[in-house]
Amino acid sequence: MENLNQILEKAITAISEATNNQALEDIRVAYLGKKGTITSQLKQLGTLASELRREAGVEINKAKGKLQQEIQVRRNFLQIKELEEKLNAESIDITLPGRKAKNANLHPVTRTMNRITNLFAGLGFEVKTGPEIEDDYHNFEALNFPAHHPARTMHDTFWFNDGHLLRTHTSPVQIRAMKHMEPPIKIIAPGRVYRSDSDQTHTPMFHQVEGLVIGKTVTFASLKGVLNQFVNAFFEKDLEIRLRPSYFPFTEPSAEVDVEWQKDDGSTSWLEVLGCGMVHPNVLRAGGIDPEIYTGFAFGLGVERFAMLRYGVKDLRQFFENDIAFLKQFK
Amino acid sequence: MKISENWLREWVNPKISTDELVEQLTMLGLEVDDVIPAAGDFSNVVIAKIVAIEKHPDADKLNVCQVSVGSGDKLQIVCGAPNARVGLIAPLAKIGAVLPNNFKIKKSKLRGIESFGMLCSDVELGLSDDSAGLKELPMDAPVGNNIREYLDLEDTIIDIDITPNRADCFCAKGIAIDVACLNDVDLTKPVINEQDVSHTDKIVVNLKAENQCPRYLCRVISNIDNSKTTPIWMQEKLRRSGIRSIHPVVDVTNYVMLELGQPMHGFDKAAINSSITIKMAENGDKTTLLDGKEVKLDDSFLMIADDENYLAIAGVMGSLNSGCNEKTTDIVLESAYFDPATIMGKSRDIGVHTESALRFERGVDPYLQEQAMHRATELIIDICGGEIGPITTTQSDEFLPSAKEITLTKNKLARVLGFGVLDSQVTSILTGLNMSVKVQEDCWKVTAPTSRFDMDIEEDLIEEIVRMIGYDKMPSANLFGESVIMQLPEAIVNANHLKKQLNTLGYMEAINYSFVSEKQLTNYEKLDDSIALKNPLTEEFAIMRTTLLPGMMETIKYNLRRQNDSIKMFETGHVFHQKETIVEDQKIMAICTGKRNPEHWGMVKEAIDFYDLKGDLESLLENTKSNYNFDKSTHSFLHPGRQANVVLAGKTIGWIGQIHPETCRRIGIKKDVYAFELSQFYIQQTSLPLFEDISKFPSVRRDIAMVVDNAISYQQIKDIITDNINKYLVDIVVFDQYQGENIGQNKRSLAVGLVLQQNNSTFEDKDVDKLMTKVLNSIQDKLGVEIRGL
Repeated sequence: MENLNQILEKAITAISEATNNQALEDIRVAYLGKKGTITSQLKQLGTLASELRREAGVEINKAKGKLQQEIQVRRNFLQIKELEEKLNAESIDITLPGRKAKNANLHPVTRTMNRITNLFAGLGFEVKTGPEIEDDYHNFEALNFPAHHPARTMHDTFWFNDGHLLRTHTSPVQIRAMKHMEPPIKIIAPGRVYRSDSDQTHTPMFHQVEGLVIGKTVTFASLKGVLNQFVNAFFEKDLEIRLRPSYFPFTEPSAEVDVEWQKDDGSTSWLEVLGCGMVHPNVLRAGGIDPEIYTGFAFGLGVERFAMLRYGVKDLRQFFENDIAFLKQFK
Repeated sequence: MKISENWLREWVNPKISTDELVEQLTMLGLEVDDVIPAAGDFSNVVIAKIVAIEKHPDADKLNVCQVSVGSGDKLQIVCGAPNARVGLIAPLAKIGAVLPNNFKIKKSKLRGIESFGMLCSDVELGLSDDSAGLKELPMDAPVGNNIREYLDLEDTIIDIDITPNRADCFCAKGIAIDVACLNDVDLTKPVINEQDVSHTDKIVVNLKAENQCPRYLCRVISNIDNSKTTPIWMQEKLRRSGIRSIHPVVDVTNYVMLELGQPMHGFDKAAINSSITIKMAENGDKTTLLDGKEVKLDDSFLMIADDENYLAIAGVMGSLNSGCNEKTTDIVLESAYFDPATIMGKSRDIGVHTESALRFERGVDPYLQEQAMHRATELIIDICGGEIGPITTTQSDEFLPSAKEITLTKNKLARVLGFGVLDSQVTSILTGLNMSVKVQEDCWKVTAPTSRFDMDIEEDLIEEIVRMIGYDKMPSANLFGESVIMQLPEAIVNANHLKKQLNTLGYMEAINYSFVSEKQLTNYEKLDDSIALKNPLTEEFAIMRTTLLPGMMETIKYNLRRQNDSIKMFETGHVFHQKETIVEDQKIMAICTGKRNPEHWGMVKEAIDFYDLKGDLESLLENTKSNYNFDKSTHSFLHPGRQANVVLAGKTIGWIGQIHPETCRRIGIKKDVYAFELSQFYIQQTSLPLFEDISKFPSVRRDIAMVVDNAISYQQIKDIITDNINKYLVDIVVFDQYQGENIGQNKRSLAVGLVLQQNNSTFEDKDVDKLMTKVLNSIQDKLGVEIRGL
């Protein structure tokens, strides 16, 4: 029996030293194969006395089981090791750049316009648009600018030979909306507008957003409230706003809205950001709405102005140069 | 409108600082653009008199002056001004004086001659931007006195941006009324004395345009002393309003205009041949204006004429040789009311800008003329003496605007404002604005002064009330009620979704001007139905775009020159065509050039091609769930072999292609550029998802390899396949295209995979084989295509 223990010990050592499956298989055959050491011991059991045979059989089978288990454990170990080595060999430089699509973005004017219309959409404003080539009626006359009125000189207008013009503001959409809708009306009209003016602070084309609300309980106080909320929501800041009397032929009373803006040096000043007022009764009538039943307010703002303030753009003209180095900053 | 603060305070003097006054004006709607000191910051400048003068021995242009400053010794001053002469009284900056910009006056030597100070012009004292020489002070100016005190220079010029509705605020009086009302203080009006008539000389006035000129006053003042000069206080007030002193008569008319708001005109009586006629010009007439400019007239111009010539374009500008000059002794003063609509736009039409036209076109008080005439007469007589003739008044009551009573109801006031105002406050504000107010139970009956052209309806009065309460002090409220759920059509692809989709595909959004140059546009399209601006800013922006291509190509060029090798951009916007009417169409364009992929260690470095762009276009088209195909096209601005019309649901909605290499070369782009342009409307029309049962049975795939003539398009093969087995066809892929010598010239091999499926059973091989045989036979029969394998 000492012999068996020695055999077992030797076999276990050999198994633990096997470095691959083949070596392990060779060991298995050497001990457990048909001519293996353990197998031959079992074969010799018959030569033993019957009272010893049972005990010896148990011992040899125990040793056989032990060896089989050791081989299986070693085999599993070697398999895992082999996989690990294989995977290790497959490792890559995870710091190399990935295959990415070039990510592009919206123009800052679109981005700003979307932000503005989304804020008003939350208050139930519907987006409306209109043509950019307008007639005198929609751009001026219906908005209470009589022919030759001095207020027209505030709008440097691009004309066409047939009397049409490029709209100088988004306000014509007010007239179109009123004619096609029944109060209550709540619309927001973003779009391109044109003035024949070009210098550091003017481009001949720019963008406005027009707002119009008509109903039975629409007041000057609610105009102030809505604009105050809008400015705070747009800038995500609790900004002071100030309404100041002004003049637009299509509103009465009319106001400019100033925002208290902090400059780089920390000081503050009032910045004019939009124009607004109560819709003039003549304009309501032109839109087919009875001013004795309904009141309305309207406002108009320059999109580029808001974009400049929001994102710190200094030169208006950059919006229309379409320099990718500029555009890509608005991701 | 510039006005001196001191002058305004002569009218109304609330106990507030300059800053507070300026803030008040802005918050009244009289927006202050600028606040400027009446003079530069200087000290130690006194009134001096040149008592002797001799040429500088060593400098042609310099004089050596002996100057008296009252007490003490005379001072020697070297001076180069052309108007230096004995007897001239002018400002002297003494040694130790500090002039604007911290310019210190020291004793100095000019070409060897000592100078003990500097005689000054307007520019050196910061009174004006230009001057012809030393500032000439009146002969009675007190020599030795401080010039700041003498000229009352501790003053501020307030520059107000007058909105077109506030014609009444183009004068001290109008502004003062607002300030007085706001501060609830009294208005101090100047005392105007009616002068006694001293002769009966009159000019006959023939009013032939009563509608355009409802009131015309004139009077003759004879024998004025034309050697007199305008008093310094008046010159200074004019200067602070930005008006140069010219001549006492002109200065007085300007002064009355700035004070009361009535533009006046002084004619030289000697230049008037007999009578004055007020009439419309005739088409083709001409006149030469005061400034020497000849203008063409038409029958929309209201004219002042004598028996032979035009004397003035009414309310705009006098004609040459009819105005007062330094030799005039007899004058005819005009004070008129011209209809604003008649004057509107006239000065712009002839390219002149006058203070008079500015006021008349916005509206001058139609009942002010007589008062202004008295005021001007009084001032002229004070300065120049003279004999006063009677006022000739010619007027048409029919056309003269009358004061209108406006009813302001309490209901309207509350409905518009949304906050309460005390009745008594309403009454006191309107009264404070010089309105006559009758208080009734539910309304106010209000008559505004005739200077307030902007007071027409009750909303106008409401604005006045809020102005005086303060826009900044009025409460704000939430918008409430009036809410309905808005429409949200689901079968429309949101425009923003399209833009974001293009972003994800790598296209950056651009915004180009809607107008382009003729040259730019003709690179791509004929001008046939394009629309040109009548008054473009420049040739660059002369024509409305008929395609987004010119702007996008410029954008590509611009960015290629800024070291971008690969560019993908898009724009959406209107294009404009002249059809029977003007047609505006919202287009969407994507454009690309350069490499398919960003430069990368693990991606192919191939150039972008037609199929890259086509794939991006197809992903937009697939939003619509409609059928689309690409038809051969012949656009001249595109590569003849690489272009197509895009057909969606049977309708041509745009094009795709490579920009013609010759076109690229012409505008300076060396790379291949690909673009598509679509009418955006059509790719926004989609349908709601409609659920269909999912087949439980597996699909089978069969591949076909074939050699086809280059003249045969894939579309032709695909059409045959779908015609035959459309019912079972789940997908069709082209997985290989090959061209090479072993295939033959003008041929290519195509490999197409078909995925087939049935809804109710698994496809048996024999059934698939039958279908495939049918398809292959059909392709061979119809197109003569060689099938290489299955």
